Amino acid sequence: MNDSLPSMLTRRDFLARGGALVVSFSLAPAVLNAAEPQNIGVQPKPAPALPGSLKSAPMLDSWIRIDADGKITVFTGKAELGQGIRTALLQVAAEELVVDPRTITLVTADTGRTPNEGYTAGSQSMQDSATAILHASAQVRAILVGLASQRLNVPPADLTAHLGVIRAKDGRSMHYGQLVTGETLHVNASPESALRDPKTTRGVIGKSMHRVDIPAKVTGGAIYVQDLRLPTMVHARVVRPPSYGARLVSVANSKLGSMPGVLKIVRDGNYLAVIAEREYQAVVAMRALAGSAKWEERAALPPPGDPYGYFQRLPSDDAVNLGGPAETAIGSGTISATYRRPYLMHASIGPSCAVGLLQDGVVTVWSHTQGVYPLRDAIAEMLRTPADRVRVIHMEGSGCYGQNGADDAGADAALLASALPGRPVRVQWMREDEHTWEPYGSMMISTARAKLDAGKIVEWQYDLWSNTHNLRPGPAGNLVTAQYLEQPFGPAAPKELPLPNGGGNRNAIPIYTLPNPRVVDHFIPQMPLRVSALRGLGAYHNVFSIESFMDELAFAAKIDPVEFRLRHLDDTRARDVIAACAERFGWNRFQKQRGRGRGFGFARYKNHASYLAIAIEIEVDRESGLIRPIRAVAAIDSGEAVNPDGIRNQTEGGILQSLSWSLYESVSFDTTRITSRDWSTYPILRFSNVPEAIDVHIISRPGSPFLGAGEAAQGPTAAALSNAVADALGVRLRELPFTRARVRAAIAV
Amino acid sequence: MINLDVNGKTYQVDADPSTPLLYVLRDHLQLNGAKFGCGLGQCGACTVSVDGRAVFSCITPIAALPGRKIRTIEGLGTVENPGPVQRAFIEEQAAQCGYCIPGMMMRAQALLDANPSPSKAEIRRHMNTNLCRCGTHMRILRAVERAAGLMRESGKGGNGR
Ligand code: FES
Ligand code: FES
Repeated sequence: MNDSLPSMLTRRDFLARGGALVVSFSLAPAVLNAAEPQNIGVQPKPAPALPGSLKSAPMLDSWIRIDADGKITVFTGKAELGQGIRTALLQVAAEELVVDPRTITLVTADTGRTPNEGYTAGSQSMQDSATAILHASAQVRAILVGLASQRLNVPPADLTAHLGVIRAKDGRSMHYGQLVTGETLHVNASPESALRDPKTTRGVIGKSMHRVDIPAKVTGGAIYVQDLRLPTMVHARVVRPPSYGARLVSVANSKLGSMPGVLKIVRDGNYLAVIAEREYQAVVAMRALAGSAKWEERAALPPPGDPYGYFQRLPSDDAVNLGGPAETAIGSGTISATYRRPYLMHASIGPSCAVGLLQDGVVTVWSHTQGVYPLRDAIAEMLRTPADRVRVIHMEGSGCYGQNGADDAGADAALLASALPGRPVRVQWMREDEHTWEPYGSMMISTARAKLDAGKIVEWQYDLWSNTHNLRPGPAGNLVTAQYLEQPFGPAAPKELPLPNGGGNRNAIPIYTLPNPRVVDHFIPQMPLRVSALRGLGAYHNVFSIESFMDELAFAAKIDPVEFRLRHLDDTRARDVIAACAERFGWNRFQKQRGRGRGFGFARYKNHASYLAIAIEIEVDRESGLIRPIRAVAAIDSGEAVNPDGIRNQTEGGILQSLSWSLYESVSFDTTRITSRDWSTYPILRFSNVPEAIDVHIISRPGSPFLGAGEAAQGPTAAALSNAVADALGVRLRELPFTRARVRAAIAV
Repeated sequence: MINLDVNGKTYQVDADPSTPLLYVLRDHLQLNGAKFGCGLGQCGACTVSVDGRAVFSCITPIAALPGRKIRTIEGLGTVENPGPVQRAFIEEQAAQCGYCIPGMMMRAQALLDANPSPSKAEIRRHMNTNLCRCGTHMRILRAVERAAGLMRESGKGGNGR
């Protein structure tokens, strides 16, 4: 076990020497994805691509600054979401700057200070930001060594950088701060960096480091935006409509103004809120206000009975993602299965919160948004003010796992702060606000069909139906706050996200080597429920479907499911994680006990990021229908592992969250209202039903690109569970979640 | 004015007696430890200890609390000098977002105050009240076991330090 965590890396951990390695980058044009004018006479030579987010923010001092006293500050446009990115980025910077990570100050997402790195989403932060910081740090070190070589009159090769000091062999030295003056780092990054050799010099990367944010979190430090207390701050609560599209007919607020502490009641069209001195005064006033508000509601949600049938019959834009225009000719001997997943919610433990302040004509918003720049633009549009009059600063919230209510709460704070200039306004959503107003992960349906011959797949067709998985701000109309104003903003037209990342179709293309595969994406623009990005997007459902179906095919072919996968898989890294997982689980030695079953699942996230394989053993109580996960073993290859314990923590979390989704969760609604309003109407996993053990094995690939680990486990876990249920019961469940009632019904048939 | 004993200090609080303790801790006393999660007694994010028992501060009015000993994670130790439960959670790296963790720690503290050597099953049963959405459960369970060990070692039982 490499579970021992040095809580502080010792100075000896930093290897000072070691030949620098020059790494060159693919010279793919940086403009690859940009729309280019068509009729340029002479094609300019495309600039060589810079690594990671250096592409969009190429100046080195956008990323790293060094003060005269040697203090180092690193900037990232990404945000800590509880995934441990802060620590991993510090490790990466420390590695190439050859300093102790704890001496670096890291500034995260802030439109006033950091580069624009879009959203912190899609497990992209390591690829985007860590890659940029790795190279920026190496290039800064090279600049410093170059300067020291001039000042000390010693060739660079005879200098070593160590813990912020550059030393010559004769003992003379200069610290980093002495070498940097004003514009030293205000230079463009170059496409090539003299990186330290990942095989021989790693001092910080690859070692489990204690997360830097945890001590404050366990001692009551002010960490979360919920903890932000600014002088003269006041408290707001929003009275959200009882259902989508409800119209505020009247509100009797004459007496409310005199309630204790109430400063202001804000009404703007169908938007209603109250601001009070004290937080609980705002809660009491909000309840009174809600009690006096009359709403006109519409029955706009799907009719009862068959929500999947209703959904699938909605008009769709169809796109063939893989294969020819014609349907695969599938005839006799075709095996077919249809899989379903319900609407799921992020269900963050802490409801969304934000603080806004209008001062000197600038609105500042502290928010746990995943994208400070897009939220800034959306708020500016909503307030009809220029973007440079809005600043959004990230502060942590509770884990979000995609787009929860964070952006909407940020918009609430901006709007309410504008109504009370000069005083910071803190808006805290209530539990039912979060449950009923956050954008859910879309319901999905998929049908897989295949034909076997001699133990191999010879035909494959996969069809999927889904709403969008991205309606994030950017446009103001994607903020629920803006949709209910007197002059409302309408949501942007939903679009499928482009492959290879994809949205609903993320991981819809099988990674297996198959003849004649065909994949069709039936994208449904009409959205009965509010939806947007939830951890893994469509990958959760597509991997659940494909990997369940692989087991169904293996069963039909009478081949062990692990062996069946390997028969269709050429990628050696994929084969490695599968082998490692099977080995550690004891797949080939497995002795099945009564009432138990085992299942396997595998995917390469987005087909180009982390590889993850998982095996799960479960027990099913046939009487009650309860599925009890006994143990899970996973193997993950996310490229070079920066903080192994961080990856393990994220992967364990992904496994447990996916078990929770897959065993219990489904957003419920009647024809008018969302009825999943709290934890009793939207139950999630509890301690009583977590496995006895989860073992996460990391395969690190030093020197190979960081792939990100946050979302890799969602799909494979659901599939492994589904396959284990089929193994235990001898009957297959194809509709999530696998509730007790469904298990009992399946056994009874 | 209501007198409250929080982490060994007495505070005079000017709030309506029906105000739930959580709001007084966070808004009046400026303590960050107890978190707002649901306000409904369903999630445990707001858990504090009152006379050694784990209590949902979000549904406990301050009127019920004069003369009681209220304890929050701020009373367990500091960053420089963390108490055994805090040390255990740090050593096990038992947090992702960490939002549920203070409530978990106070629930664990209440268990260990009453039972210094709980079995794994007892820990699970006791912790079952509190929800974690990040899936940090395995580490939380290990941290509670480790905390029990640290407290037994230091021989100071439930004193927290
Ligand atoms: S906030 Fe008190 S139980 Fe959820
Ligand atoms: S660590 Fe995030 S909710 Fe538990």
